[in-house]
Parts: sequence; structure tokens; C-alpha cells
Amino acid sequence: MSGGALPIGASLQTAIAVEGLVKRFGEVTAVESVSFEIRRGELFGFLGPNGAGKSTTINMLTGLARPDEGRIWIGGIDCTRNPKAAQHLTGVVIDESNLYGELSGFDNLSFCGALHGMRKAEREARARKLLESFGLTEAADRRFVAYSKGMKRKLAIAAGIIHEPEILFLDEPTTGIDVASARQIRQLIADLRSRGTTVFLTTHYIEEAERLCDRIAFIVSGKTVRIDTVEHLLQPVKQRHVVQIAYSGSNGDVQRKLAESFPDLRFQILSAGLIQVTADRPIPVGPLVRFLEDRGGEVAEARRMRPSLEDVFVEITGIEADAMRKEKEKSGGGGAS
Amino acid sequence: MNKWIAFWNILAKDMRTYYLKPPNISWGLIFPLAWTGMFFIKSGSDAEDMLTLLPGVVAVSILFGTTSMLAVTVTFEKKNRSFERLLIAPISLGLLMLAKTGGAILFGIANAFVPVILALFLVDLSSVAWEAFLPAVVLIAIASTFLGLLIAVAVSEVFEAQTFSNFFRFPMMFLCGLFFPISQLPVFIRPLSYIAPLTYGADILHGAVYDANVMPYGLDFAILFAFCVALFAVSLRQIKRKWIA
Repeated sequence: MSGGALPIGASLQTAIAVEGLVKRFGEVTAVESVSFEIRRGELFGFLGPNGAGKSTTINMLTGLARPDEGRIWIGGIDCTRNPKAAQHLTGVVIDESNLYGELSGFDNLSFCGALHGMRKAEREARARKLLESFGLTEAADRRFVAYSKGMKRKLAIAAGIIHEPEILFLDEPTTGIDVASARQIRQLIADLRSRGTTVFLTTHYIEEAERLCDRIAFIVSGKTVRIDTVEHLLQPVKQRHVVQIAYSGSNGDVQRKLAESFPDLRFQILSAGLIQVTADRPIPVGPLVRFLEDRGGEVAEARRMRPSLEDVFVEITGIEADAMRKEKEKSGGGGAS
Repeated sequence: MNKWIAFWNILAKDMRTYYLKPPNISWGLIFPLAWTGMFFIKSGSDAEDMLTLLPGVVAVSILFGTTSMLAVTVTFEKKNRSFERLLIAPISLGLLMLAKTGGAILFGIANAFVPVILALFLVDLSSVAWEAFLPAVVLIAIASTFLGLLIAVAVSEVFEAQTFSNFFRFPMMFLCGLFFPISQLPVFIRPLSYIAPLTYGADILHGAVYDANVMPYGLDFAILFAFCVALFAVSLRQIKRKWIA
């Protein structure tokens, strides 16, 4: 333990503590008074849309940016003034696969081990082991530049953990990669957590955060609007009933007509031909289907939905889930399938 | 944590991925050869003139070998964000940048010996004061590399690094007394000569090769060393200000 005193409530079990973090870029305030604590061994999700301040926060925590205000403790070390002080405890995987294109996968891992002071025999043995567990043994001698996007991301994660850090920062680890690789990476993250590594994960995939994280912070426009466990976050929507109905036929003023006929249900047109029905009691699907078909519509599917973190996120942040989906599409795949 | 493992591996990685690549080796050989040949022909092929040309050719070879290489490699790594990997490594920024510049310094020193080896076959170098020549070569390489670092911090694109390097290098070739004395320059230009580190390095080389230094060695070395320290300190300050903002 060194540097300034930890914030109130923090203990030896605190892996990361952040208090009143602010970062400005000229007139723009990218991060505005962000505070949180992460316990050792916890998988903490930092969830928000693009431009919410996730990467800026992770940059300040890893020493790639200096906060304008606030304080940072990592592993009990005050890193506010000296971001290098705790870098021996951390591993970082940024949102781009920034390894060396000219080096092979094996050499990249070995080099990253050397950056953390690992001796040759130790880092090479660890590199081989990681390549094997990440399914990259056959590509070990191939130059990084020739790797696919998914392979690049997996190798970047391997490079981030080659020195077995106590704390791992993962910035958008599954953005822009294929579904199979994204799934494999999620499994790797879960494995790291089960081995006791503290993981700070930023993502804009709500389902990914829900599936992986112990606790989640919602960040919007540089401010954390809610921090809680997934279970607590889901509590308010657990009793909620949701049905999505896919049908063909004119939308017209179907939403208004449905609302008039079923006043105790809430209706939302998600997209052309897709209606979401919400209620605090079980929803009678039959009458709804008949109502639509009587008005010339053809119902293709009516599905009961499990209330999800997405609903909570929309409720708390006011950001439509659709906007998050569009970001997902724009960033090129992956997803939390 | 053994930070020297990191230091050595950064240096070795740069040597392998940048400086020992065939295009750079050929540049390191061809450039000094071309300069030597050009001046040799211009001077009327008198072998003894080689001796007076040697300091200038050595200095130019170092200057061109180091500045652009470092500026380009650092800008390239900054652009593709692999430089961030170094910034998050648990070694001090000073040691990191020394490792990063070490490859260019060694490359510059190696470049300096291409014309020297060539000259060995043409003229008698037994009168050269190697005890002044060698440290001067090292200090010129360090100062030129740190100048390249300062350029790298000032630009964001690789092509800008090349352009900006030339903005400094070509005037220095004529201002620093490499091929003709500073005293032959117009009076109003001469102050510019004395704000360029190469002037002091070239003066030591002129003295070491054919006893024609204008200033005492001690002063030349002190100023050249001060330039190295100042260029490195300013570069580090700029890196902290711009890259870890």
C-alpha cells in the first residue's frame, strides 16, 4: 500500500477504487465525476453506448491518459499522480488489436512477456501454453498481420495476460469479430474470473455484460448513472411480462387501436411489423393475435420474452435499445449471440 | 521486475523489425557510399581530399541514418497504436524512450563507419585522433536520434515525419560546417550554425581527422552533450504532454 489514503469504504479487498474522476478535452467533458470500487476477483462491467466515456475511463486507469480531477487507486496504490506505479499489477487489452504485424504470434507474446520483465524461458513456456489454450498453436509462427480479426483479438488478450496480472482491463473485447470468436473470448473471460483475476470490462453489448459480469456500471455521457449487481439491476423488471408479436400488414394506427382495446397493456412498435407488449401481469396472447388477424394482419410469431438487462438499461438511461443495436451493427458484428 | 529485460527486448525488437531489414541496410550502405563518391569526384579524385571530406560525410551519414528512421518508426507505431503497448509496460518513460532510440543510435554509429571503412582503402588514417573521433560519432548519433524523436513527437503522420526531418536536415548540411567552414557563411547566417548540434560534432570530427577544429574539444563535447540532454528532456516532456494527455 502506498500513496494517499483509500476512499471511505475501500478495504484490502478493493482492487480498483476511483473517486470523482473527470476528464476534459477542450470544451468537451468526456468523463464527469465517475466514482466506483471493484473488489478483488470481481468481474466488473462498464456498459454504455459509443462515446459514453468508457475508453477514456479505461485510458485513465491504465495510465494512457491523465485525469483532470479525481483519484485512482489500483491494488491499493495511488496512481493518480504516477500512473506507472501500479502497471506491474495490470494487464490491458485495448479495443484495437495493437500487436506487431511483423512479428509472429509467438514472438508477440514473448515480447509482451519481456515488457513485464519475464525471463526468456518463463515467457516462452507461458506463450506456448497460452497459444495452445487459445487455439492458436498452428498459427504461432505466422506473422500477426496475417491473422484474422478474431485470431488477432484472441492473441491480444493472450498478450494482456501473459504476465498473469492481478487485474485485467478489457476494452470492448468482442467488438467487430465473428460470433464464434466472440463466444470463445467470453468463455476465456469467464475462466479468468473463476481463477481469481479481477476483470474490468467495457462493452456496449448489454447481453454480454449481463451474462459475464458480477456488477455493472451504466455510463452515459461521461456519468455513471447506476452501479449494481446484475441481480439487483434485474429485480424491478423480474415481475414484468413481455411479448413480441411479428406480423405482416399495415402498421397504420394499430398501436392506438391496441391500446384502446387492451388498456391494461403497454404497446410499442419496435420496427415495421414488430410490436412489443408489456404488462405487470401475464399477457393473454390469443386475444391479441385474433385482434390483429381480424384487422387483416397475419401473425407470424408471438413470443414471450424474458425481461433483460436491456430493459433495465433503457429504463435507467433513457437510451433506446435500438440505438445500441445500431451501434452493434455499425461496429461490424460479434454481438452477444 | 527486471526492467532491463524490457529495455533489451524493445531494443532488440526494433533492430530486428526495422533497422536490420534489407532496405535499411542497403540505405545505410548506399547513402554514405553515394556521398563519398559524389565528393570524391567533385574534388578531382585526389585521394588526399578524402581526408577533408571524411568528417562531413560521416556526420551526414549519421544525421540521415538516424533522424528519419526514428521519426518514421515511432510515428508508425503511434499511428497503429502498438506504441500504447509500450506506454502501459511497467518501465519508466525515460528508460522506454532510451530503449526505443537505442536502435537508431546504433544504426547511426554503424552508418558512420561505412565511409571510414571506405577511406581506409584510399588514404592513410593513422593520424586520426580516434579518442576524439569515436565519442564524437556516438554523441552525434545520440543528438541526431533525439532530434528525430522530437520530430516524431511533433507529427502524427509518417509522411509528415519525413517532410519535417528534411526541414531540419538539409539546412544543417550547409550550416554546420560539414563541407566548408562556417566562417565562409554570410555573417547573418552564422548564428543559425551555432544553434545546431551538428556544428559541434562536425568540429570535433574535423579536429580528429585533420586537426582543423575551430573550438576546443572540451567546449564542443560539452555543448553537444548538453544538446543531447536537452533534446531528450524536451522530447519526454512533449510525450507526457501529448501522448499521455
